[in-house]
Amino acid sequence: MAVFITFLYYLMVAFFAACFISNFRRSRNWQTEVLYLIALLPFLLRLFRLK
Amino acid sequence: MKNLLLLRKTILAAAFLTVFLFSGLSFYHSRHLKEPVVVGDGLLEVKKLSHYFPGLKGSINDANVYVLGKEKASEGEGAALVLGGSHPEEPAGRLASWLLVENARLEKGRLFVILTANPSASTSTRPGGAYPPDYEIPTPWGRQKFRQGDRWSNPLDQWPDPEVYIHYPSRQQLAYMDIRNQNRTWPGRPGGTMTEKTCYAMTQLIIKEKIDLVVDLHEAELQYPVISTIVAHQKGEDLAALASMMISSEEGFNIGVEYSPVALRGLSHREIGDHTPAVPLLLETPEPFLDATRGKTDRSLLLTGKDEFVMKAGRHGLLFEKLDENGWPIDVRVGRHLSSIIQIFKVWTELHPDRPIQVENLPRYAEVISRGTGYYLKNPALTPSGRLFYE
Repeated sequence: MAVFITFLYYLMVAFFAACFISNFRRSRNWQTEVLYLIALLPFLLRLFRLK
Repeated sequence: MKNLLLLRKTILAAAFLTVFLFSGLSFYHSRHLKEPVVVGDGLLEVKKLSHYFPGLKGSINDANVYVLGKEKASEGEGAALVLGGSHPEEPAGRLASWLLVENARLEKGRLFVILTANPSASTSTRPGGAYPPDYEIPTPWGRQKFRQGDRWSNPLDQWPDPEVYIHYPSRQQLAYMDIRNQNRTWPGRPGGTMTEKTCYAMTQLIIKEKIDLVVDLHEAELQYPVISTIVAHQKGEDLAALASMMISSEEGFNIGVEYSPVALRGLSHREIGDHTPAVPLLLETPEPFLDATRGKTDRSLLLTGKDEFVMKAGRHGLLFEKLDENGWPIDVRVGRHLSSIIQIFKVWTELHPDRPIQVENLPRYAEVISRGTGYYLKNPALTPSGRLFYE
């Protein structure tokens, strides 16, 4: 069960990371762009199993 | 205009990648830092925890078990287990067990030492705690680096946490994150989480090796009432009381005795005593680094134990242990653990002459303060590979 939940969790992390990257690309406001990148950092660290 | 937008996004993306790379490398190196252990003459062998419970094989928590003793130890002699790093963020416990393995010789009995009882917890730090990733101990030959660690197993190794942690076998409800706390998952179970399996493996070690005495080394915040003390299971009340008196009269510092609450489950001093023949004792030294009202959480605070904000809490009567401008240096804390172990073994042998445990060449409190913890750490660069291990 825990393995299945962990798999879903990493899928969710990847999905939100992709959303942040997509929003960063579409944004036209530099402050929003910085915000997306700051929010992306912990998601990528977890996705790559670094933290 | 479009080119400007592209340029801005490229600069921001490059800055992001730089931050990601540096932070990622820092976390990676912290998680994979190898800590050398130069075993002393008293070492018989090094086993893995999976030797006692194969279900742990391949796991990060398949910890090293250092066995000290004489080649021809008598069957009737006693056996003890010392646990360092049940909570790796309490460095005096790990360092004291390091000094045990690198220096101690057993005249009687056998001594099992696990330097990092929860290796997974030693590979992460507390989220939001601003902990340093590591710290260094000065030695005569240079500086030896150790992982800082956390109280709980790394979420990368054990995930997810439940809404409420239900302890096995008592079914007592505990805080959700304590399912990753090695001092809440005793006696463990073979089909449980990684942290429960680790405790199960250690329980099997205690039973199979006929361990008489378990000493679990910890540190505590000064705003927590269980501090500067020996926490004893009811089987070890006399031993702890006598050891406390001997320590106070012979070693130069005071240490109290607390009795393990029967209703508080999952702790080593409760469950080892209830589920194995061994007598468990848990030692606490003061670590201001852990106090919630601390200031800057850096390596200096970890090693000197000096903090003006925790001192201020003391002036308001909020501490259960004194704290002055001298702080609680790491040498004092390591020395307290080592002298406590020496006296506990001595008293144990007096109370149980048929199961003696006699340890020699272990630095005491006054010696560690005088020479420093690092004085007793051996140089891995001058050590033949057969005597060099890594945590």
